[in-house]
Amino acid sequence: MPKTKNHFMEVEEKQTRSISEIVSIVEALVFVSDDPVTVKIIADVLEEDRETVEAAVEELKQEYETREGGLQLREIAGGWQLVTRTEYHEEIRKFLKTRPSAKLSLAALETLAVIAYKQPVTVPEILDIRGVQSASAIKTLLDKKLITAKGRKETVGRPMMYGTSKDFLLQFGLKDLSELPSIEDFEDLVQGM
Amino acid sequence: MEQTEQLSFDFYKETAQITRESRDELKLHLGEFNGPLDLLLYLIKQEQANIFDIPIAKITDEYLKYIRLMKHLDISVAGDFLVMAATLIEIKSKMLLPQEISEKEEEEMEDPREALVRQLLEHQKFKNAAQMLYERTTVEQAVFPRGKIESDENNAETNASVFDLLGVFQKILARHVEEVQMEIEREEISLADMLKSLKKRIFENKELSLLAFFEEMHTRRELVTAFIAVLEIVRTESVQLMQTTTFGDIILKKV
Repeated sequence: MPKTKNHFMEVEEKQTRSISEIVSIVEALVFVSDDPVTVKIIADVLEEDRETVEAAVEELKQEYETREGGLQLREIAGGWQLVTRTEYHEEIRKFLKTRPSAKLSLAALETLAVIAYKQPVTVPEILDIRGVQSASAIKTLLDKKLITAKGRKETVGRPMMYGTSKDFLLQFGLKDLSELPSIEDFEDLVQGM
Repeated sequence: MEQTEQLSFDFYKETAQITRESRDELKLHLGEFNGPLDLLLYLIKQEQANIFDIPIAKITDEYLKYIRLMKHLDISVAGDFLVMAATLIEIKSKMLLPQEISEKEEEEMEDPREALVRQLLEHQKFKNAAQMLYERTTVEQAVFPRGKIESDENNAETNASVFDLLGVFQKILARHVEEVQMEIEREEISLADMLKSLKKRIFENKELSLLAFFEEMHTRRELVTAFIAVLEIVRTESVQLMQTTTFGDIILKKV
C-alpha cells in the first residue's frame, strides 16, 4: 500500500517542520517569486495553516529589520516581496545603469488622486473636483494600467466608472487601498494655507 | 535626474507668474497649469487672501486680467476658464446688489461665495493627495525587486536547438519559394502581351466593343492591364474611341 505510506510520510514531514524551517522556506519562496507572493499561496504550497505562515512571515520580516542589510521584506498589493533598501538606490542605479522612469504629470497625478479616493468614479465627477477636462490624463492612466474601467453607472448617459488597479498598489508601494492616508487628513493642510 | 530625486515638491512654484516688467509690459511665466481652480488658488495665495473670505472683486479682476493676457498671447483659452470667469462675475454682482432682508432671513442666506469655496477646498484636498502620490512614487523608485529569473515564459527561445533553427530556416525558404512562384504567375499577362492581343483583335475585326473586351478579363490585375492597354493603344496607334449613345458601349475603331 504505497499510497498510505506516502500519506503517512507527508504527515510525518509536516509534524517535523520546525518554525525556523518554515521561515526559511518562506524566504526561499519570496525570493524566487517575480510578483508579490500571498500568504495563502505559501500556505497552500507548504500545506500549513495561514496563521503559521503569517507568523513565519512576520518573523522573517523582523529578521531582515534586525539585520539591517541590503534587503527588506515588505507587504505590497496584498502579498510579500523582497526588495532592496531605499538607502542604496544610488549605488543600485549606478550598477544597473538605469535612470528613474518618467514621472506622471501633475494633471495625471491629480486625476489619479481623485480616482483613488472616490472610486468607482465617472469622468463628469472627476471634472467636478478638478474643474478641468481630464480626458488625456485618464488615457495616460489607462495606458499605464494604473486605472481600469469598473462598469457603467446607472445614471443619465451611463458614464464609465473608473477605479485603481493592482499596478497602482505596486507602483505606489501600497498594501491595499486602506493604506492610503484618509482624504480628511489633507484638510488640515488646506486650513493652513 | 536631480529633480526626480527630490522628495518634496512645491506645486505653487510650478504655476504661472505674472510680473510687471515696465509700465505696460507684462511678463508671463506659464508653469504646468491645471485649469481655472488652480489659477484661482494661485491668485488667492498671491493676494495672501483668506480662502474663507475671498475678496471677490479683486480676485475677479486679477482672474480676468490673466485670461485677457492669455488671449493676447494667442494661447487658446479653454472653455473651463471662461465658465469660471462667468461664475466669478456672477458672484461679484450678487455681492454688489443691495440686499433688503430682515435679520431672520440673513441668517439663512447663503454667502454667494460658499459653493465656490467648497469647490476650491475639495480641489485643494486632492491637490495635496496628488502630492502625497508624487512622494510615494519617488520612494518607490528607490526600491528594486530581484531581476526576473529566466523562464520559458519570459525567454521562450532558450529551449531552441540547432535543429529547431534549421527547421525555422527551412520554413522561411519554403515561403520564399512560394512567393516567387506567385510572382511568375502575375507576370503572365504583361502589358506588352495585352497590347499585342488587343492590337491584333482591332486590326482583324476593324472594331472592338470595350465592354466585351473588359468582360473577358478574370482578375482585377488583368482588368487594370487591359485598361492601360486601351489607353496606350489610343495614344500610340491610329485607333479611335467611339460612343454612339450617352452611357452606351464604347467601340474601339481602326481609323
